[in-house]
Amino acid sequence: MEFRGFVAVKDVTLSVNEGTIHALIGPNGAGKTTVFNLLTKFLTPTRGQIVFRGSDITGMRPAEVARLGLVRSFQISAVFPHLSVLDNVRVALQRPKGLATQFWLPFSSLSVLDERAMELIDAVNLSAYAHLTASELSYGRKRALEIATTLALDPAMLLLDEPMAGMGHEDIGRIADLIRRVAKNRTVLMVEHNLNVVADLCDRVTVLARGEILSDGSYATVSADPRVREAYMGTEHE
Amino acid sequence: MAVGTQYLAEQPRLRTTSFVLGGVALAALLAAPFFFYPIFLMSILCFALFACAFNLLIGYVGLLSFGHAAFFGGAAYFTAHAVKVWGWEPLSGILLGAAGAAGMGLIIGFLAIRRQGIYFAMITLALSQMFAFICLQAPFTHGEDGIQGVPRGHLLGIIDLNQPHAMYYLTLAIFLFGLFAIWRIVNSPFGNILKAIRENERRAISLGYRVDRYKLGAFVMSAALAGLAGGTKAIVFQFATLTDVQWQMSGEVILMTLLGGIGTMIGPIVGAGLVIALQNYLASSQFPVTVLIGIIFVICVLLFRRGIVGEILEFMKRKPKGTA
Repeated sequence: MEFRGFVAVKDVTLSVNEGTIHALIGPNGAGKTTVFNLLTKFLTPTRGQIVFRGSDITGMRPAEVARLGLVRSFQISAVFPHLSVLDNVRVALQRPKGLATQFWLPFSSLSVLDERAMELIDAVNLSAYAHLTASELSYGRKRALEIATTLALDPAMLLLDEPMAGMGHEDIGRIADLIRRVAKNRTVLMVEHNLNVVADLCDRVTVLARGEILSDGSYATVSADPRVREAYMGTEHE
Repeated sequence: MAVGTQYLAEQPRLRTTSFVLGGVALAALLAAPFFFYPIFLMSILCFALFACAFNLLIGYVGLLSFGHAAFFGGAAYFTAHAVKVWGWEPLSGILLGAAGAAGMGLIIGFLAIRRQGIYFAMITLALSQMFAFICLQAPFTHGEDGIQGVPRGHLLGIIDLNQPHAMYYLTLAIFLFGLFAIWRIVNSPFGNILKAIRENERRAISLGYRVDRYKLGAFVMSAALAGLAGGTKAIVFQFATLTDVQWQMSGEVILMTLLGGIGTMIGPIVGAGLVIALQNYLASSQFPVTVLIGIIFVICVLLFRRGIVGEILEFMKRKPKGTA
């Protein structure tokens, strides 16, 4: 990927195995979010190919990629701020349930989605807040809501952009549990700065620095790699 | 939890209040032609529906169209032509006008929808100006003269629309139908997705929504309803002229909606009523109408940015919190 001649991400051959939790880590500006934007087609790659479950998705548009089951979250929490928690989840359920284009039906027709929506809200421990407006939630709960809306699509693969960023200690534990639970029958690719979480949660780690892959393997392998230490610490002899 | 119960308790009270207010408004609308000049009332109803249709787009999708005159005035030409030249029954003529406006909305919307903000406004303005030019040149619109002397005819071949009260009640029925359609669209599964797109477009895309199609859908609906208003106006006034397709008309509908309150259900109606009433009552006075409307507009924008109805709603929302 090039931005006006500046190469942001180069020669990144990233393969994520189905059913694993895969972490993408690296110092700031390494190109982690760019990789996410490329995978979900919010950016178009200058060169290269993206394959998802055997089919080439390089030329697809973002909404189509989401329909295939490759669903992302954003670094800055992405909720619909003036909708209630329940409505946030219902918006995500409307399309898969075929209730998105009916302009002649009353709003109450959406109540058939309530049961599934409440299950999802319950799964992220937000039941008590279901009728609050999303903007009234704390930061951690907004992230939890975002995960609930993402799960509403029942995606085959989840891309989580820093799900723990800005969260308190207890929230981190809860979201980590949640990710572990939902990853049982899904593939997860996550960008994360909290290395404890990565060590605890992820099957495989890819380290990105200055737009290139530095190291790839289990957390133990990667953390022992001197090049990774250098990229993070700035010097090899620390 | 306390907030949750308060939220539930407030709903029925709000519902009763709106039912009572709606009933009073309906009674007033039914009785109005016995107290006011019917043509004046019908003019307000047509422009109010036009403003509501425009508000569907800016208030609930967040798109500022500067070309809505093309749908309003275009439909007036279609209806006038169908009724005068082809001898159609008036209601079918009006529906043809709305369908024609929807078709134009599909073309103009398709070309403009990928852009946002000022670019969207400029593309819609340019395309509607092209249409206004066609209306000036095409033979069937009769250039500067417009289509004059459109017969009102008989509704469904039965009711004589030359009777002012019959014409008024047809206009009122169309207006109420249009208003109900807008209310239904906004409060529907489709409307919920529109709201989500306006709130966070990127997130809506990442949930798999092809947002351009939803926006285009809303654009076509808005155009069709603007056309419904324009077609009705052609039957009421018995003519279709260039005034209704020109950019000044697009500006006027923006002004009405802003004055009344963007994104409120009745704001555009109040705005349209205010502007039309001022134009009407000041037409005979020495004072230039445009200057006065300009002054009112400036005062509105400076003092209550949410528009007249928007400010009242905001005030009512704040009040219960203060007393409870």
